[in-house]
Amino acid sequence: MLKIRNLDAGYGKLRVLKNISLHVDGGEIVTIIGANGAGKTTLLHTIIGLIRPTRGEIRFQDIACAGEAVGRIVAAGCVLVPEGRQVFAPMSVEENLLLGGYPLQKLQGRAAVQSELEHQYELFPILRQRRKQLAGTLSGGEQQMLAMGRALMSRPKLVMMDEPSTGLAPLIVRDIFQIIQRLRREGNTVLLIEQNAKAALGVADRGYVLEVGKVILQGPAADLLANADVQRAYLGREKIE
Amino acid sequence: MYWEADKECMARDDLEQLQLERLQSTLYRVGTHVPFYKKKFDELKFNYDDIRSLDDVRRLPFTVKQDLRDNYPYGLFAVPLRDVVRVHSSSGTSGQATVVGYTRNDIRTWSNLVARIITAAGVTKNDVIQIAFGYGLFTGGFGLHYGAELIGTSVIPISAGNTKRQIQIMQDFKTTALVCTPSYALVLADAMMEMGINPNGLSLRYGLFGGEPWSEAMRQEIHQKLGIIATDNYGLSEIMGPGVSGECQQCNGLHINEDHFLLEILDPVTLEPVPEGEIGELVITTLTKEAFPMVRYRTRDLTRFIPGPCPCGRTTRRMQRVMGRTDDMLIIKGVNVFPIQIEKVLFEVEGTEPHYQIIVERENHADKITVLVEVMESIFFDEMKKQRMVIDRVKSRLSSELGVNVDVKLVEEKTIERSEGKAKRVIDKRKL
Repeated sequence: MLKIRNLDAGYGKLRVLKNISLHVDGGEIVTIIGANGAGKTTLLHTIIGLIRPTRGEIRFQDIACAGEAVGRIVAAGCVLVPEGRQVFAPMSVEENLLLGGYPLQKLQGRAAVQSELEHQYELFPILRQRRKQLAGTLSGGEQQMLAMGRALMSRPKLVMMDEPSTGLAPLIVRDIFQIIQRLRREGNTVLLIEQNAKAALGVADRGYVLEVGKVILQGPAADLLANADVQRAYLGREKIE
Repeated sequence: MYWEADKECMARDDLEQLQLERLQSTLYRVGTHVPFYKKKFDELKFNYDDIRSLDDVRRLPFTVKQDLRDNYPYGLFAVPLRDVVRVHSSSGTSGQATVVGYTRNDIRTWSNLVARIITAAGVTKNDVIQIAFGYGLFTGGFGLHYGAELIGTSVIPISAGNTKRQIQIMQDFKTTALVCTPSYALVLADAMMEMGINPNGLSLRYGLFGGEPWSEAMRQEIHQKLGIIATDNYGLSEIMGPGVSGECQQCNGLHINEDHFLLEILDPVTLEPVPEGEIGELVITTLTKEAFPMVRYRTRDLTRFIPGPCPCGRTTRRMQRVMGRTDDMLIIKGVNVFPIQIEKVLFEVEGTEPHYQIIVERENHADKITVLVEVMESIFFDEMKKQRMVIDRVKSRLSSELGVNVDVKLVEEKTIERSEGKAKRVIDKRKL
C-alpha cells in the first residue's frame, strides 16, 4: 500500500531523515518506534505532504506522491491523526467529525457522510454522548478518540497515528490500543508512531526502529520484542540472568 | 505446498523493497557494531546513504574465510555474547577453525527457513524424518532438526555414521524422509544391497540432500536405487547453515530464501557479476542475521542463477545446485577443470561407478591428471580388451569434456574410500 525508498527530508539545512526505506502492506499495523528527535514525526509529515522530501521516493497505492500537496494525498486515502490531538476546540464534537468527512462528501455525497458519522459513534460511543459539547472541553482520552474519529470519517485506506498515547492515563492508553486493534480487524491499515514501544509492538505486525533519522532495525514485531538491543534501549528491560 | 506462502510467493517489487530495507538496516548495524566492518567501511569512506538500490551492494567490501579465521573466535559477532544463545564452529580441517553465533531470533529465523525447504521437498508433519547429518558443532544436523520439528515432522536425530544402524532404524521406525549427504545416500543404498534389504520395501519417500556438490546423474542413481524423490538443499555455516536455498519437488534448481539473503554470482577472477544464467562464485549478504551478519561473503561455491519462473508458484529466484568449489577448480595446463564435469562423464559411460578420485601430479614440470574410476566387478575381472575399451571411452569423453588429456585407471569396486560426510574427490600432489 505504502512504499518508501531512500527518503531524505529535513528542515532547511538540517537533514532529519537519512535514506529511509519502509513499506506498509494493506491490512497491517506497522509501528515506528524511536526516541525523541529520531525523526518519527518528520517522517509522517513527509508522507502526508507537509514537508517536501529532498530525495527519495514515496509511493501510495502505486502512485508516486513525494512532494504532492496534502489535499491530494488525503484525497488519495492517506490520513494523519496528529500528535497532541489538535482537535478544533471551539467547535462541537460533531462539527469536528463532519469536517473530517469533507473529502468523503466530495466523493460520495452527504448520505455517505451521515452513515460514516453513525459508524464513528458506534466505534466511539463516548463521542455520541458528547456530540454537542465543545471539543475543547473533552478530556485528553476523549480528544484522542475524537481525533481518530475525525481522521476515519474520510474512510481512509491508510491511517497514520502520531503518538496517540502521549499524555494519557494508563487505563485510557489501554483503550486507545484496543481501538487500534479493532480498526485493523475492520480492515483498516495503520501506521503507528509511538514512544511507548512495548504497547506499540504488542499490537503491531511489524516494526521499524528509527535512530537519528536512520532505520537501524526492522522486522516482525515479535522479533523486535525479542531483540536484546530493543529491549535495552526501548523497553527499559535488561534481563539479568 | 508452502510453509510461508506470503513470503515464498511475493511479488518481485515487494520482495525487492523488503530486501532493500533489510540491507540498509543490516549495513548500518554491522558498520556500528562490528569493528572489522567499521574499519573496512571507514577505509572505503563508505557512506550508508550510498546504498540506494540492491545493486549498490557492489560498493561494499568482500568478506572471506580468512577474515573469519583472523577474528577467531568472537571478533565478527554483532551482538554481545550474553545475547548469543548458540555457537557453532567449522571443523577446522583446512586451517584455523571459524566460529559463528546465533541469537534467539536467529534460531527462530533459521528454523523457519529450513521449514520452508523441508516443506518444499514434500515433507509434512505426517512424515518421519531421519537426520543423518552430524549434530554437534556442525550446523547441518541442528538446522534440519529445527525446521522439521517446527513443521511437526517426527524427528529421528540419529546423526551421521553407523550405516548398519541407520538402515536398521530406517526399517524399524518406518522412516519416510532421509537427510544426509548425497554420497552417503549411495553408501546406504549399497549397504542395503549387501544386507539383502530391498529399499522398495522401506517406507522411504523423500531424500533431502546437501553438504557437498553432486550431479543430476547422481540424483538419478539415488532415485533408482532408493526409489525416492531426491531434492537438494544448500547452506553454509558462515551464513547460517542449511536454509539458504532448497529445491521444490520440481527438482529444477534451489529456491533461494531471498527475503533473508542477498545473493550475487560473480566471476571468481574479475569479481564482476557474470551475465545472467552463467556460472560463477556465489557471494552472499545476510539481511536478517543478528548475531553474525555477513557482508558479501565469498562462499567459493560455484553455481548459476536459473532464469525463468518455477511451475511450483514460488517467485523466489533459483540457483543451480552447487557445481563445485572455486578451490576445487583445478587449473591444469591453464585450463579450468571442475570435478563435477568428471562425475558427469562417468555417469554416462556404461560399466563405471560414480565413485572416482582425481589425482593431480607434476611430472617434469608438466601437470598430469589421473582419474581413478571404480568399475563393476564384471568388467574388472573381464578380459583386458574390454577393460581397455572402457578406459579408452572414458578417456576420450573426459578429454573432450575437459579440454585436457587425462589418464584413466580402473580400480576394483569399493576400493576408493567412502566418506560418511563430504566425499574427498581431489588429491592434488602438486602442493605437497
